[in-house]
Amino acid sequence: MKLEGIPREMIALRVSKEINDGDYVNLGIGIPTLISNWIEGKDVILQSEIGMLKTGPLADVDMVNQDLINASCQPVIELPGTIYFDILESFTMIRGGHMGIVVMGAMQVTDKGDYAGWANPERGLDIGNIGGSMDLCAGAKKLFLAMEHTTKEGAPKVVKHLTFPATTAGKVNMIFTDLAVMEVTPKGLLLKEVAPGLTAKDVQSVTEPKLIVSPDLKEIEF
Amino acid sequence: MNKVSPNVEEAIADVKDGATIAVAGFFACGVPRILLQGIINKKVKNLTLCCGCGPLVGARAELDALVKNKQLKKVVDSYGLDRSMTKGLQNPFEQAVRKGEIELEVVPMGTLAERYRAAAAGVPAVYLPTGEGSVVEKHVVTNIVANRKPKETREFNGRRYILEYALKPDFAFIHAFSGDTEGNLRYAKTARNFNPVMAAAAAYTIAEVENVVEPGKLDPDCVHTPGVYVTRMVSVPRIKFAVTID
Repeated sequence: MKLEGIPREMIALRVSKEINDGDYVNLGIGIPTLISNWIEGKDVILQSEIGMLKTGPLADVDMVNQDLINASCQPVIELPGTIYFDILESFTMIRGGHMGIVVMGAMQVTDKGDYAGWANPERGLDIGNIGGSMDLCAGAKKLFLAMEHTTKEGAPKVVKHLTFPATTAGKVNMIFTDLAVMEVTPKGLLLKEVAPGLTAKDVQSVTEPKLIVSPDLKEIEF
Repeated sequence: MNKVSPNVEEAIADVKDGATIAVAGFFACGVPRILLQGIINKKVKNLTLCCGCGPLVGARAELDALVKNKQLKKVVDSYGLDRSMTKGLQNPFEQAVRKGEIELEVVPMGTLAERYRAAAAGVPAVYLPTGEGSVVEKHVVTNIVANRKPKETREFNGRRYILEYALKPDFAFIHAFSGDTEGNLRYAKTARNFNPVMAAAAAYTIAEVENVVEPGKLDPDCVHTPGVYVTRMVSVPRIKFAVTID
C-alpha cells in the first residue's frame, strides 16, 4: 500500500534545516535541486560540478546566457562573488573532501548506507549515466539522500540489498523521504522523524530493513 | 607563431578515419559545434569521441548526423544517454548502443578529468577512490561485454583505490571565447569546463575561437589555456543554441 507523505518541496525544506551558515554544498538532480529554494538568507555557497562556486538561482528567460548553466543544464545567474573554474579544479573540490554537504537523489538505499542511482535496470541497458555522482560520494564530508520512500506502486526503496547497480557503498549518512527522516548508524537505520499522521509501524511496513526507532521519535520538523 | 587556419576544413585537415577525438563541453555549454560540423561534412569514419559530460547530449543535431552517417565507433562519457528513458528509446544513438553498433564506455566525470590530466602531464595512470563499492572498481563499464576489462585496486591508508589509466586522444576539439593568434585561450563562464584539460591532453589540439585577437591583447595573467597546448585554431561566429536538454 502506498502511504501518504509530505510533498517533494517539503522533503527539500526538511533537508535545508541541516544546512548551516558557512557550509559548501553540492546538490544533485531531482529533489535535491529544490533545496536551493529553501536556503535563501543562509550564508551557504553552492558548488556546481560544471565549474562554479556560489551558483545563483535559475535565470529568467530574458537573463539566459548560453555560457552559464548549472550541472543540471539549467541557465542560472551570477551572484556577487560567483567564480568559475575548470573541471579539474571542480573535482579537486569534490573528490578532495572540500564539500561539506552533498545531497543526492536515489533509486534505492540500504541500512548499510549503500545507494543506487546511476542506472535503472528497467531501461533494459546495463549501463547508464554516472555523471559526477560517484566522485561526489567519494569526497563528501556528509552525504544525504533526498528521495521518495517507495516506488509509485508502493514498493520499498529502502531495502536490505540493492537490486539496482550501486553508486557507492557505506557512504550515506542521512536519508530524507516523504515518510521519514533516518540516520545510517553502525547498528542500522535509526528512525528519527515520521511524516505527520504516520507511526513508526506505518513507516516500517514499507521499509525492508528493520528500523531502530529513536526514543525521541517525532513528526518531521520544518 | 600564427596558428590560425583560414577555415574549418583546413583546421581539421589532419583528422583521418579511425581518429580518437576529445570533445569538450558540458551538455550544451562550451561544445565545439562548428568543429563537429566539420567532421560531419568531412565524413571521416570509425571515430572514437572522448567526452566529459554529455556534449553530444547537448549538441543533439550533431550527434544525430554522426550516427546517421555511421561515423562513430565509440563514445567515452560520464553522461552519454538522455536523462529520460522514454526519450532515450527514440534516440538513434541509444538505439545503436543497444544494438552494439556503437560502443559507449561510461566513466565517472571526475575520473575522466583525472585521466585527461594524467595524459596531459605525462602520468601513465592514477589511483582514485571514485567508484568504490560500485561496478566501476570491478571492470571497465561498457555496453560491449568483451571490452569489460578488469580493474586493479590497491589499499592506501586503509582505503581502496582504483587504478585508472591516462586517456590520451589524438585530437582535442576546443571551444574558446577568445584567443590570440599564438593559441593562448580564454573561456567564458561555465563554458570552460573540460576545455582546458582536453586541450592539454591531446597530441593535436584544434580550437574554434569566437574572438581572435593579436598577441598582447589578452591579459597575460588571465589566460586559461597556454598556447603551447594548441596546434591549430579557427575563427568562428558566436552561434545561438538551445541551452536546455531533454
